[in-house]
Amino acid sequence: MSDTPLADLTPITAPDVAPLPAGEPLLSVRDLSVSFQTDDGLVKAVDSATFDIMPNQTMGIVGESGSGKTVTSMAILGLLPKSARITGDIVFRGQSLRDLSEKELETVRGKRIAMIFQDALAALNPVHRIGRQIGEAIKVHDDSASKDELRRRAIELLDIVGIPNPTDRVDQYPHEYSGGMRQRAMIAMSIANDPELLIADEPTTALDVTIQAQVLEVIERIQDRTRSAIMLITHDLGVVAGVADRVTVMYAGRQVEVGDVDQIFYEPRHAYTAGLLASLPRLDRRADKHERLHRISGQPPSLIKLPPGCAFGPRCPFADGVCHTERPELVVVGPDHRSACFHADRVADGWRDQ
Amino acid sequence: MVAYILRRVLYSIPVILIAALILLWGVRETFDPCAQFRTSRGGQASVERCRKADHLDEPITSQYWSWLTKAVQGDLGQSERTNADVGSTIATAMWYTIQLIFWGVLLSALLAIALGVYSAVRQYSVGDYILTTLSFIGLAMPPFWFGLIAIQFLAVGPKNWFGLDRTIFGFVGLHNGDSTGFDLDYVRHLVLPVLTLTVQSIAEWSRFQRASMLDVMSADYVRTARAKGVRRRDVLVKHALRNALIPLVTVMALDIGGLFGGVIITEKIFAIPGMGRLFLDSLQQGDAPMLVAWTVVTAVFVVLFNLIADILYGVLDPRIRLA
Amino acid sequence: MTTPAIEEVRAEEGVFEPVARSQWQLFRRRFFRHRGAIISMVVLILLAILCFGAGFIAPYANNQQDLLLGPVSPNAHHWLGTDELGRDQLTRLLYAGQLSLKIGFAVAIISTIVGTMIGAVAGYFGRAADQLLMRLTDLFLLVPAIAILALALEKFGHTDTVIILFLSLLFWMYVARIVRGDVLQLKEKEFIEAARASGASWLRIVVRHIIPNIIGPIMVNVTLGVATAIITESTLSFLGFGVQPPQTSWGNMLSDAEGYVGTSKSYLLYAPGIMILITVLCVNFIGDGLRDAFDPQSEKH
Repeated sequence: MSDTPLADLTPITAPDVAPLPAGEPLLSVRDLSVSFQTDDGLVKAVDSATFDIMPNQTMGIVGESGSGKTVTSMAILGLLPKSARITGDIVFRGQSLRDLSEKELETVRGKRIAMIFQDALAALNPVHRIGRQIGEAIKVHDDSASKDELRRRAIELLDIVGIPNPTDRVDQYPHEYSGGMRQRAMIAMSIANDPELLIADEPTTALDVTIQAQVLEVIERIQDRTRSAIMLITHDLGVVAGVADRVTVMYAGRQVEVGDVDQIFYEPRHAYTAGLLASLPRLDRRADKHERLHRISGQPPSLIKLPPGCAFGPRCPFADGVCHTERPELVVVGPDHRSACFHADRVADGWRDQ
Repeated sequence: MVAYILRRVLYSIPVILIAALILLWGVRETFDPCAQFRTSRGGQASVERCRKADHLDEPITSQYWSWLTKAVQGDLGQSERTNADVGSTIATAMWYTIQLIFWGVLLSALLAIALGVYSAVRQYSVGDYILTTLSFIGLAMPPFWFGLIAIQFLAVGPKNWFGLDRTIFGFVGLHNGDSTGFDLDYVRHLVLPVLTLTVQSIAEWSRFQRASMLDVMSADYVRTARAKGVRRRDVLVKHALRNALIPLVTVMALDIGGLFGGVIITEKIFAIPGMGRLFLDSLQQGDAPMLVAWTVVTAVFVVLFNLIADILYGVLDPRIRLA
Repeated sequence: MTTPAIEEVRAEEGVFEPVARSQWQLFRRRFFRHRGAIISMVVLILLAILCFGAGFIAPYANNQQDLLLGPVSPNAHHWLGTDELGRDQLTRLLYAGQLSLKIGFAVAIISTIVGTMIGAVAGYFGRAADQLLMRLTDLFLLVPAIAILALALEKFGHTDTVIILFLSLLFWMYVARIVRGDVLQLKEKEFIEAARASGASWLRIVVRHIIPNIIGPIMVNVTLGVATAIITESTLSFLGFGVQPPQTSWGNMLSDAEGYVGTSKSYLLYAPGIMILITVLCVNFIGDGLRDAFDPQSEKH
């Protein structure tokens, strides 16, 4: 990987962003709800998601498939289909993204906010060379760049993410890269314009474990260099533990807990979070002869027919009457730590006793 | 790539030769050019003499062999119907047919892509429904009927209703009188036959393009392009269309072979002296040398077009090219 | 148009409250949602009833000539007019329909059965059988179909039986190729391996496992076969190679009418062509409905 010092890497687009006043979030999501009308009913993909991401911060969004994490990210960039019903606020640097026209959004996408997708083989155009695709990311926001500059910049970016022989590789097609290299190429493409917020949607899920570690390392290094914020979407708690500063846990489209990474991991205040943590196989402890892997009983609910009250209620060991009738709101359970649970204290006690 | 082409060509040769043999056998089984003599004064003896003279009494394989040996030397024989040289007859006829096919493919391709893209981008709109309905109708219509109706309503009809002194579109041959060359008159004569030839292709290809575009538009890499901030129109053309064309090209190339069958109808209705007409006339009388040569020539063109499709496919899709 | 996000959400739905529905019920539900297909089925059935009931319905006897009358435009006595021999067009139309419908369905059924069996065997066993099938079909892609049909009809007689036989002969190859392709794909799936591992004979595997999974494309192909057969038969008859008088087909009605383009008798052109159009259109809609019913993702209609 390139060890070129930060100062020597000349960006093509001069950063024109003024620093934010201290304490103001880069991205602010308030009561974001997304639903789709389908043949079988109204699907509430996201229900009142609320969180902030500060500059240079890494926010991990954790949840199973269908929990609404990807839809949230797509809503931020305005990439949802017209049939999606969106309510709530998405404010980026003090500007509401939902008020922007498509043309205005196009200036934000790929420049201010960039996205990395899960399956790099499918997410890269199979008939365009990698260099061209990276170059496109730049050209779209800077029409004056010449072909040579674009190529030079693409090679530079490939080098930064650790792709060997970038001068040759830049002319290759996606199918000629290995899985890990493709993901790095996608990362290179996403940072081409020094975005302030990088949304990474399951960037390591499709990769082998060893490659996962490498790619995560690339992402961290990139963050050091560009000082961008990262919204890391994943179902893998291990990934989140290593990389995130703050964590949001989602379940059935709802936010169930949000807090600093240490708080979430050591002081979970929601039964679902606790369940996720408990079901992680622990390699650092000897297992009892009769000890089995912990799992959360039951199945995630349909997003069309959510159970009344708390979405996790039917599966929760701490649930009682109120949980099945009233929907819990996110309440403060610690410094910068919120949980949507009526019995956060019971969860705390149960966890301590583990 | 070169090796692949060579292999395909080498493989096609025996197939074409066998096809020719099958056709020769079929014609000889069905028609007897000497049968006319049965009722002549010589009776059966005349028939026998005629057969001997034309080598018709030999087994089919030796008849085929003698045809083949002469053919590779460039002598395709003489028409049993007109006694004209087969080679030059076919060449003349092919000239007309190639024009039809060329304009036909050009028109179909452009229209199909345009309509397919429109339908996909404006899915479920009124325009989409209209186009889809029209394609359904186009696919369900026998082309020969379309030709007749076209003449009725676009050529002869308007002339009668509006009292014009000539029809808007010509429907006999490709030129009026002795004129040749590319002029308005030529275009006037091209419109109806080309439409008749291509109505099914346009319908089929545009539906295919629509489906292909819809597939591609929901692909991940299109989402990536949008996430990069690429403008909608560029996403459509540079990313979606570029990929959607790949399967269309294969379908088109495969269908071109079918166009050689389609010209049979078109040329009959519009009195164009092309390969189709030649085929019909030869078939009616069982003109073996002509039919066999016709089959070979047509087959060669079909193989050629399939090869072009393969090459184009490799050009458009680097995954295939470098495999 | 769906984005993966929606698909992600939909995957969710299947997990909850699985209502036990058999494949057949699912298929029926989807098919009947397709309005075009339902209307088409009704129309086709009506058509078949009208045509095959011509003996009872038709106002005149088939091919009954009235030379004194000659060709007349549509009027109260002859709803579709008459041709030069004074034959009532409506009557001829209905009897012709019998022929076209019969040929269409016979060809489709025969070629589908034969094509499916051969294609499945070739695809399943691969190698020699498969190669043989491919070479054979390659060959017949190059030999012009019209030539074969015309020669066969000339040699064996211009009857509907010959047409059915030879059209099936040509069309089964198309079906076989498609089936072979599907079977090849299916063969690699794990449930086939599982069946083999449990000792099922090849016949059982093909019949019980493979064929039910490709029923969808097969049935779609049946409709394609009907459409192609009807159009091909009418084209052949139009060219003069097909059925000969006194047998009537829509194709040869149009052949008679060809000379009248642009004249006062052009009314002879419309009815047979429209009948072909309607019939094939209905068949195509049904095919579309079938395709949707078997695989709702296939054409985002």
